[in-house]
Amino acid sequence: MILAECRMKDEENMGEKPQSDPPPSLETDPAAGVEPAASFTEHGGLPSTDRPQSAPPVHKESAARPKIQVRGLNFFYGQQQVLIDNNLDVLPNKVTAIIGPSGCGKSTHIRTYNRIYALYREQRATGRIMMDGQNIMAGGVDLLDLRRRVGMIFQKPSPLPMSIFDNVAYGLRLHYKLSRGELHERLENALRKAALWDEVKDILNRPGTALSGGQQQRLCIARAIAVEPEVLLMDEPCSALDPVSTARIEDLIAELKKRYTIVIVTHNMQQASRASDYTVFMYQGNLIEYGPTPQIFTKPRNKQTEDYITGRFG
Amino acid sequence: MTVLNPSHPTSRPGLDATPARPRRLPMDLLVHGFVALCALLIVVLLAGLFVELVVGSRLAMKTLGWRFLTSNAWNPVTGRFGVLSSLFGTLVTTVIALALAIPLSVVIALFLVELAPPRVATLVGGAIELLAAIPSIIFGMWGLFLFAPFMSDHVQPWLQRYTGGLPLFSGPPMGVGMLTAGLVLALMVLPFVTAITRDVFRMVPGVLRESAYGLGATTSEVTRKVTLPFAMPGIMGACFLGLGRALGETMAVTFVIGNDHKISGSLFAAGNTIASTLANEFSEASEPLYLSALIELGLVLLVITFLVQILAQLWLNWMGRGQEGGR
Amino acid sequence: MKARSVRRRHGLDLALKAFSGLAAFGGCFMLGWILLLLLGRGLGALNWDFFTKLPTPPGVQGGGLGNAIVGTLAITLMASLVGVPLGLLGGVFLAEFGRGTRLAAGIRFAANILMGVPSIIVGVFVYGILVKPMGGFSGYAGALALAIIMLPIVARTTEDMLRLVPGSLREAAMALGAPRWKVSFGIFLRAAKTGVLTGILLAVARVSGETAPLLFTALNSPYWNRFDSLPHLLGSFAQPTANLTVTIFNQAMSPYADWQRSAWAASLLITLGVLLVTLTSRFLIQRRGR
Repeated sequence: MILAECRMKDEENMGEKPQSDPPPSLETDPAAGVEPAASFTEHGGLPSTDRPQSAPPVHKESAARPKIQVRGLNFFYGQQQVLIDNNLDVLPNKVTAIIGPSGCGKSTHIRTYNRIYALYREQRATGRIMMDGQNIMAGGVDLLDLRRRVGMIFQKPSPLPMSIFDNVAYGLRLHYKLSRGELHERLENALRKAALWDEVKDILNRPGTALSGGQQQRLCIARAIAVEPEVLLMDEPCSALDPVSTARIEDLIAELKKRYTIVIVTHNMQQASRASDYTVFMYQGNLIEYGPTPQIFTKPRNKQTEDYITGRFG
Repeated sequence: MTVLNPSHPTSRPGLDATPARPRRLPMDLLVHGFVALCALLIVVLLAGLFVELVVGSRLAMKTLGWRFLTSNAWNPVTGRFGVLSSLFGTLVTTVIALALAIPLSVVIALFLVELAPPRVATLVGGAIELLAAIPSIIFGMWGLFLFAPFMSDHVQPWLQRYTGGLPLFSGPPMGVGMLTAGLVLALMVLPFVTAITRDVFRMVPGVLRESAYGLGATTSEVTRKVTLPFAMPGIMGACFLGLGRALGETMAVTFVIGNDHKISGSLFAAGNTIASTLANEFSEASEPLYLSALIELGLVLLVITFLVQILAQLWLNWMGRGQEGGR
Repeated sequence: MKARSVRRRHGLDLALKAFSGLAAFGGCFMLGWILLLLLGRGLGALNWDFFTKLPTPPGVQGGGLGNAIVGTLAITLMASLVGVPLGLLGGVFLAEFGRGTRLAAGIRFAANILMGVPSIIVGVFVYGILVKPMGGFSGYAGALALAIIMLPIVARTTEDMLRLVPGSLREAAMALGAPRWKVSFGIFLRAAKTGVLTGILLAVARVSGETAPLLFTALNSPYWNRFDSLPHLLGSFAQPTANLTVTIFNQAMSPYADWQRSAWAASLLITLGVLLVTLTSRFLIQRRGR
């Protein structure tokens, strides 16, 4: 939306021509199979008749095909629009953090990736979200498989009302036919990957709620990765946890990104700068800026981004 | 407003310096005592109920002794009375009613909470609540004049044919009888249990629901593996309360149970429940022993009801405390 | 890993959803069946005579249930005059004065049990304590039985509604230093008044439709109550008093067609009355936005 305008202004202010930053259009990315969302001119200027749109940010560093491509995402609670024309590329095996003040739509945004909003009748989304080339917003998509491939960790640790074993096994039993041996093996695997195995291996029959907050959250992570997802969505996973647990989970995330694509929503900017590779700044339903984390936090291109990061608002 | 003088206590001129509290206290005490008495009235009534029934049954207890509880005789002429046939009828109709009403209530509550669009949920929910408000004698009227003929013309013959002479469904298809009474009772208990179950389903935390769905489960899977286990204590409480309702239901059952003091192995046979016997025979009981036997019948029902209600309350209290004390 | 059949999972899901929808529809269908039945059989017999005349012997035309209508209204009114205030005050005790005490917990326990007592047993109780000593059935006994049924209901719903008053309002009121009784009645009860009123209306609707407790207390009567003077009025209620529900019971079980028709009309009337009050209370709640 404002992105292109801001770039123009920056160019005017700094008197530079954009060199290292190609105009935000997809012509530069040969791997993308999607037509560009906006009729941007080569230098990033806006056609005068167009309404502002957020550009599809693709960083030219990575020639990797984006794991998730969001194009023209709009979201409505009833009549109220809360996401306005979001465009975003999420790169595989990287941690993408979404930051922004309360109520800017960060959680709403990622909740479209697994279409969990579909549980609520008054919530609607339009636009396209391509995952590995397939539009997951289309009609015939199998939600069961989508949600297996895109796991979600919530702000409040939510162990299911069953034993630790059954918690992790829940998803496995839903989607697969496994022998006892296979089940145990995959269970242990998941718990190890979630750095929880040693702590729970002797108490697998205890209820999930018997664990501490940090352990419960790792249990939820184990539960999600047991079914071998491709993407992990984390909605403020540490905000209900103490600093020690938070640190452990951040370490875990660094490990997990080797296997999975991670998108994490956080209102904690320090966490975003510590734990993520790319950062997206959202404000009032718009994606304002997107880029590699170091760049966003040291040299944000957009004034709003800078104001937020320096604590002037939010 | 007088200017506050730091050297004087904050009392207005003209009034003495004693603080205002003692003057208000008698009124507060008075009201406190009065409302406490009103509340205590409930306990008094409960105790009084029990005592009055015991007193009224004394004659029968003395004359009939323990045989009352073990005999299924019911002969006002010879003065031989027993609770068994009424107890049997009460039990059978209640079991039928609960066996049908509870599963149906769970799925209807599921419909209202998970499946129905908001307007449909409001309408259907409203219909269920209206069903709960209808007086039981109306169910009796409907049962006797419409449902019983329907049973005798269509359902009972079909059952007999389909089960090929099972003793459970033997005997002439009269329409009125224990099966019909059980079914009418089920219809009466249903809205009650549905309302409670619906409230319990609504209390499942949103995070839990989303976690379960988020792993890629269907509604059926989430319901069976997450929602129901979570809601189970509440549903049990609803069952207890439904049980209490079914035990005490009088008018609807009286209309359709056929009022026969026999114990039969067939569901098509007429029978009676404690409540229906009281409704039918109390006004006609002329001799003291007959009346006393009826009162003793009522006492048995009261004791059973007490036990069920006490169990229900204990269960609900335990459940409430468990949820508060848990994480 | 071998994947579980998605079609099977969806199939099971669909089956459950279909069953739920069917059951819900079934419930609505039953309601519709009963209401249509009442309208069909009862509407025809509702005429001016029905509301104003006394019942006639079977076979004789032109009778009505005027006395029963008046009787039901009167008995319900009398029961409410006793049950509602006592229940309200009891509820105030449970929620306010006795809050947190063991005594209140015990009384609450007892109230829940009393609510579960079959209404016919309450009738037997009142028979023992009022009808037998008085030597006969009476409208007062019927009213007493209904009042006993109402009492715990009104007390508990009042308590529940009072408990919903937000803690912030409580603290603000108490911080003003007003005495408990003033605060309870003047502020909290007023804050909760919609819910409390709804509870009362529902309790009144419920007891007005009761039959069993009246069977051996008020019994029934083919006569009017006497309205010529107050002593006569009060005296007439000390006799068996006509009422709609027991009338329905007597007439429906009888073999006479016109009595049965009259029973249907009475059923329709009672149902309309109860549903009207129930819907009114629901409407009140909606309007308040609770």
